[in-house]
Amino acid sequence: MMNNSRPARIVRFYLDGFRRMTLGKTLWKLILIKLLIMFAILKLFFFPDFLAENFQTDQQRADHVFGQLRQRQSPQ
Amino acid sequence: MDGVDLATVDWARYQFALTAMYHWLFVPITLGLSFLCAFFETIYVRTGKEEWKNTAKFWMTLFGINFAVGVATGIIMEFEFGTNWSNYSWMVGDIFGAPLAIEGIVAFFLEATFFAVMFFGWNRVSKGFHLLATWIVAIGSNLSALWILVANGWMQYPTGMAFNPDTVRYEMQNFWEVLFSPVAMAKFTHTTSTSFIVGSLFVISVSSWYLLKGRHLEMARKSILVASVFGLISTVYAGITGDQSAYVNADKQPMKLAAYEGYYKGETNADIVAFGIINRDKKPGDNQDPFVVSIKIPGILGMMATRGFGNFLPGIDDLVYGNAERGLLPAADKISRGRQAINDLTAYKEAKKSGDQAAAEASLTKFKENQSFMGYGYLQKPEDIVPPVALNFYAFHTMVGLSVVFLLVFVIFLRGAVKNTLMSSHVRLFLGFISFFLAMIASQAGWIVAEVGRQPWAIQDMLPVNAATTNIGAGSVQTTFFLFLIIFTALLVAEIRIMTKQIQHGPEGV
Repeated sequence: MMNNSRPARIVRFYLDGFRRMTLGKTLWKLILIKLLIMFAILKLFFFPDFLAENFQTDQQRADHVFGQLRQRQSPQ
Repeated sequence: MDGVDLATVDWARYQFALTAMYHWLFVPITLGLSFLCAFFETIYVRTGKEEWKNTAKFWMTLFGINFAVGVATGIIMEFEFGTNWSNYSWMVGDIFGAPLAIEGIVAFFLEATFFAVMFFGWNRVSKGFHLLATWIVAIGSNLSALWILVANGWMQYPTGMAFNPDTVRYEMQNFWEVLFSPVAMAKFTHTTSTSFIVGSLFVISVSSWYLLKGRHLEMARKSILVASVFGLISTVYAGITGDQSAYVNADKQPMKLAAYEGYYKGETNADIVAFGIINRDKKPGDNQDPFVVSIKIPGILGMMATRGFGNFLPGIDDLVYGNAERGLLPAADKISRGRQAINDLTAYKEAKKSGDQAAAEASLTKFKENQSFMGYGYLQKPEDIVPPVALNFYAFHTMVGLSVVFLLVFVIFLRGAVKNTLMSSHVRLFLGFISFFLAMIASQAGWIVAEVGRQPWAIQDMLPVNAATTNIGAGSVQTTFFLFLIIFTALLVAEIRIMTKQIQHGPEGV
């Protein structure tokens, strides 16, 4: 017997929607490929969070950034 | 300057520009087309005519393709903040966090709920609820853009914050001041209104192609009718918001205004250059004419930028070399005070580290005297505050010139749709077809003015781009630049093929 509670109807709404997709399936594939490239390749291997990866504490990060700012000050 | 490879700064800028411009191919279509879908569906619900439902469904499909194609392309920019722009990210994370988090949450709930109703809900929810979902998607998408533009507006006019010398961060003090800053509001209204133009011209372009091919004539005519009305209203509104943007620029970023107007020597009742060819040999401070050829309209720039007659408007030379009579400080003095601020901040931190509280407080007091000039301490010479004048001038005039063309396009197509004479001129239909591509050029040119016009600043007056980047090798940024270029060009080609295939199928293919 079909469950007709509101949560069950919402779940069915989404499931049926995804099942009936035609062009949408291609678009979802495209989105997933894009997300995979972005998060599993680009983010992981090419776009590290420099401060998060190289320093342990916020104080170290603040000190590093300030050191960089001092170095880049134009000559007097 | 020690410690930074300027090639890294340049490549980080190229990469950010490439990513932002790629992202901006899709966003204006989403913002504009979402409202057009809501209009088509509203007409369907009010008239009950199936042809309007088919029209709404067709444009909604193209909206969905564009959305899928564009979604998440902006995330790369957030990756770049952490990798290439870590000094900047650290310093402004507290300010940027709030609007970007709100944008993320709004977008997620919008996409997870109302997008689903919009695409899965035909014949499964009531007409009224489906229409409500479509309107919420349109309004929500545009509100989502608000938060990004608030963050961008803050970079152009930092307000509602205080600098914390201990953490080296700008911290938010007043959220409402950040949200309702005049720059953020001008940016939001102008960006959304011009996106409505892009969305309208997308509809006119596709519809014109159908008419040229002799296909889907009635749907194309009705689509053009609605898009022309929306586009015409949006163009007038964009003119008003553009004027407001220029006024805000004159007040908060006068160098940007001077650069995109090619305006060097400040004067009262300044003339506006309607058309001009920049003199490439012109340098700030010299006596050469800024233009090889120019057509000027007397008094208009001064009037538009200051909202009055007889008011002085500073030019590039006044902003670089100062103007004592008008109370404008020379950039050389600002650079000197900026260097002093950095020295005092260094003294403060060293005194604090050594436990000398009295010396720390004295240095902090001195630092605060020059704190507002700190960003200038990273510049080499006064002329560094001048953005590329020729690029700004041509980008700005391309944008404004094309907006006049768009106004004419909307008038011509509205007249043709009302009189049912659209098919009578192939030249007009060809103009309609190419108008969307012209809109993309104008839209990108607008962002060039917004972003190149504020150079050298990542954050206006506070942090120039050469101090904002991570100290990494240019080679690694080059690698990711070309990687991004190759991958996303391939994706773009695939995505354009899906879009054009769907357009070729027409409404029957939906």
